[in-house]
Amino acid sequence: MAIDRELRVQKIKEGIVIDHLRAGTALKILEMLGITGKEGYIITVAMNVPSQKLGTKDIIKIEGRYLSPSEVSKIALIAPKVTLNVIKDYQVVRKERLILPEEIVGIIKCSNPTCITNHEPQVQSKFLVLSREPLKIKCKYCETIMNQEEVFRRLS
Amino acid sequence: MSISLSGRDLISINDVTKEEMLAIFREATSLEPYARSKSDVLKGKVMALLFFEPSTRTRLSFEAAMKRLGGDVIGFEEPSMTSIAKGESLIDTAKVIENYADIIVVRHPFEGAAKAIADAVQIPVINAGSGALSHPTQALVDLYTIWREKGRIDGLTILFFGDLKYSRAVRSLVRGLLNFNVSFIFVSPELLKLREEEREFLKSMSIPFIEKSSLTSDLAREADVVYVTRIQRERFTDPMEYERVKGSYRLSMEHLQHVKNDLIILHPLPRVNELDWEIDKTPYAKYFKQVFYGLLVRMALLKMMLT
Repeated sequence: MAIDRELRVQKIKEGIVIDHLRAGTALKILEMLGITGKEGYIITVAMNVPSQKLGTKDIIKIEGRYLSPSEVSKIALIAPKVTLNVIKDYQVVRKERLILPEEIVGIIKCSNPTCITNHEPQVQSKFLVLSREPLKIKCKYCETIMNQEEVFRRLS
Repeated sequence: MSISLSGRDLISINDVTKEEMLAIFREATSLEPYARSKSDVLKGKVMALLFFEPSTRTRLSFEAAMKRLGGDVIGFEEPSMTSIAKGESLIDTAKVIENYADIIVVRHPFEGAAKAIADAVQIPVINAGSGALSHPTQALVDLYTIWREKGRIDGLTILFFGDLKYSRAVRSLVRGLLNFNVSFIFVSPELLKLREEEREFLKSMSIPFIEKSSLTSDLAREADVVYVTRIQRERFTDPMEYERVKGSYRLSMEHLQHVKNDLIILHPLPRVNELDWEIDKTPYAKYFKQVFYGLLVRMALLKMMLT
């Protein structure tokens, strides 16, 4: 069964492979990256693939598309154990295990509507990571605590 | 050992350690002779008041404190009269004003505004109330009033009565009280109960507390301090919610039938109708003294932050 699923995920020439995504999050990641499927990239999405590390996992392969630092940070936020592989000429030229930093700056907005970061363009949002799994972050300005679900909602 | 707050910001009550609090209290008491006269300890210093939200006593209290210590005061209390009304950002306004002053005191309707200003400027910043969450100088005033009137804070039972959901004074005071060994009783109408995150916060710190939806004379008997707050009408996002709770609680003489002889009643003021005027005549009423203590604490803070 596992072999069968792996075979469906083909090698790509240039692009990225986002591996070890928590099962069921791949579509959310694509949505967050603004990828609808209409852009013309060759995209392979594998969901609920058996994984030794995670039990089950999702994988995304995108041909001809790389990630900006901000996109990498967003992925690290909702998928803390993810591995990002950069592929050039069918070879993995960089393999990066994404690690959520202790402080998250400017990636997402605070859920508190009266937080100053939602009103002052010069004030970037800043969150302190209280817990990585389950994700829990605290706004450094208004001390509002956001959990994983809230972060997911605000990234879409 | 003398404790200095020189060059520091005061954004949250959590910025102040217990030792620093006690040092502020001692300084406040030592400055009492100057509260009715004048000192020149801050001569040549300028305090800028940036009040983006209406305030009478906090603003006047800071202004009086600075003037009693010989300093000067500039600022505004009506943002519609400033460049903000022309579209200038809060940060730009603060960066301009830091060139004219030695310290900024800010009040703002949004949470985190004082921190944002403190991050942007080089001079010390005092948060004089930001949004519904933080009012550290009021908490210091309340703590000082308890310390001064009771001679201690440890071992006391503090009963909070009123709007515990939207009162930033309550939130800051509760956090300040966590530096001491106190018992908490929270009494409020259902709709104005302590926020869930506050309840969770107290639980996570293993702080025991009692929560009730109405005040009885039996409950009042337990208290060493009763802290009353008005309904924070300006913080309600739903006017109908305000209408439902308006006038729903009031501390009256009946509640005080069996209280401890040395009970003190505090209120951050202004009051509306949650505190019977009859109580003013009782020895328990300390809220006007609390206003005077507010002046002393702000004098102490300004002196300790600017010298």
